[in-house]
Amino acid sequence: MAGAMTAIPQAEVKKRANIEVLRTLEQEKEVVFDTQNLNLWYGEKHALRDINLDIHEEEVTAIIGPSGCGKSTYLKTLNRMVELVPSVRTTGVIQYKGKSIFDKSLRVEELRTQVGMVFQKPNPFPKSIYENIAYGPKIHGIRNKMILDEIVEKSLRGAYIWDEVKDRLHDNAYGLSGGQQQRLCIARCLAIEPDVILMDEPTSALDPKSTLKVEELIRELKKDYAIVIVTHNMQQASRISDRTAFFLDGEVVEYDRTDVIFNEPTDQRTEDYINGRFG
Amino acid sequence: MRTNNEPVHVQELISKKKQSKNLFLKFEKAIPIILFLIASVSVFTTIGIIYTLFSETIEFFKQVSVVEFFTGTVLKPLSQDPKFGVLPLIMGTLTSTVIAMLVAAPIGLMTAIYLSEFASERIRKTFKPLLEILAGIPTIVYGFFAFTFVTPLLKHVIPGLETTNILSPGIVMGIMIIPMIASLSEDAMSSVPNAMREGALALGATKLEVATRVVIPAAFSGIVASFVLAISRAIGETMIVTIASGSSKNFTFDLTQSMQTMTAYIVEVTGGDAPAGSTIYYSLYAVAMTLFVFTLLMNLFARYVARKFKEEY
Repeated sequence: MAGAMTAIPQAEVKKRANIEVLRTLEQEKEVVFDTQNLNLWYGEKHALRDINLDIHEEEVTAIIGPSGCGKSTYLKTLNRMVELVPSVRTTGVIQYKGKSIFDKSLRVEELRTQVGMVFQKPNPFPKSIYENIAYGPKIHGIRNKMILDEIVEKSLRGAYIWDEVKDRLHDNAYGLSGGQQQRLCIARCLAIEPDVILMDEPTSALDPKSTLKVEELIRELKKDYAIVIVTHNMQQASRISDRTAFFLDGEVVEYDRTDVIFNEPTDQRTEDYINGRFG
Repeated sequence: MRTNNEPVHVQELISKKKQSKNLFLKFEKAIPIILFLIASVSVFTTIGIIYTLFSETIEFFKQVSVVEFFTGTVLKPLSQDPKFGVLPLIMGTLTSTVIAMLVAAPIGLMTAIYLSEFASERIRKTFKPLLEILAGIPTIVYGFFAFTFVTPLLKHVIPGLETTNILSPGIVMGIMIIPMIASLSEDAMSSVPNAMREGALALGATKLEVATRVVIPAAFSGIVASFVLAISRAIGETMIVTIASGSSKNFTFDLTQSMQTMTAYIVEVTGGDAPAGSTIYYSLYAVAMTLFVFTLLMNLFARYVARKFKEEY
């Protein structure tokens, strides 16, 4: 055995060490959202319990779990959309780039311009395709028609829908198919150039073909954005995500790199859920 | 209750029932015809009213020229040398309606925005019924409210105000139609799906931006409809203007003066003894016809606007 060890040439050892360093570097991509001991109640219902989770830059983080496990609630906490429910109460800390999102000095609108969101059901505004994209920049004060034109094209290209809609930018967005509408909503979100995109089961209302297109898009987008995606579809999570968190009854059961979660989960409940034994 | 334990045969029971059902089936067939006749009542009534208006208006125009009627600025039906210009009445109606809308449209719309977008569920639930009570107050009450309260109040601000004037009933009519605009616009705005609000909020829009740039455009046709109903109501309003604006048939832009609306004219003439067949008597129909055409055009215009700006979702 000892002989075999010495048989490894020096160069090879160095290379392996480098790979190790590279791997740790890769794992240590910058944290955008740092959640510590987050608890959340809807009235009396304790919906999230002691959540601790890091969301990383340029990665897709998937959140899986059965219905009612709190995964959408957690997602909506990240851009504070959850506060639209009047009875909601939270404790704990979520830091966005080192700053608490619950801090009184942070305007919630400011947070939401940096943390975009795509919803379960496509929800374009009942306006033209152009106006849908221009809406975000416009409310933030961008009025110059030429700049707007540029933003619209860039966003639609970014969501890979430009070619499909470039000849009918001024038609109503509701004339598009469901999959196109969803990509339009993603483009609408890109138009204000956020840092993070939250996606709440973005493909659950779409047919398989549109789902694939949206998944391709997500893979492209992660080069520039941190993406958090809630999904019911475990294949989807394993296909597109870098990290996966498994939620159950408002708790994070397990959170790790996606290949670890899907191949060698440490918790029995994770394994059962992934293998379709419940949920 | 069943005593023996024989099994139930449902099909048998049904076929037994069916035999006694034949008469019912015939009745069932007649139902659409009966309902059609009942539904026709309102249609035929409308046709009847329009027919009467038309035929009597034609009688009127045999005695007074169309040109004189629509361009005349003098209305003196009782004088030795009677003049039948309708413009003073149109002026009165339009002035009071415009004043009313200037009061009601902004207040009503802002109330609707508050109730639909900002108010908590509890406030909305107490506020809306209160509004609807306001809508249920008889107009005669508004009339003497205008005459005995608002006019004296306005006199402190505008010393030259006449005891009967068009301004005060205009304002009170505005107050009267606020609930209509607020309530109907609120309905239209509340029915805009929440998903759209969320979409805008997630882009960093404030609540006000969501209200003005997503909800109002999406609810635009409903809001226009509420305005039109309110305008129609103001044009047709009778009691308030009759009491508080007097019966001077002035053709003027001076809001402090008494003016008569089309509706108030009809009240005045029918209240007096206009002998059937006289020119005055026929002038009622001509004025009523004008009023009818006004509201009809209003409705058509509103439909056009609502359709043109409708945001489909």
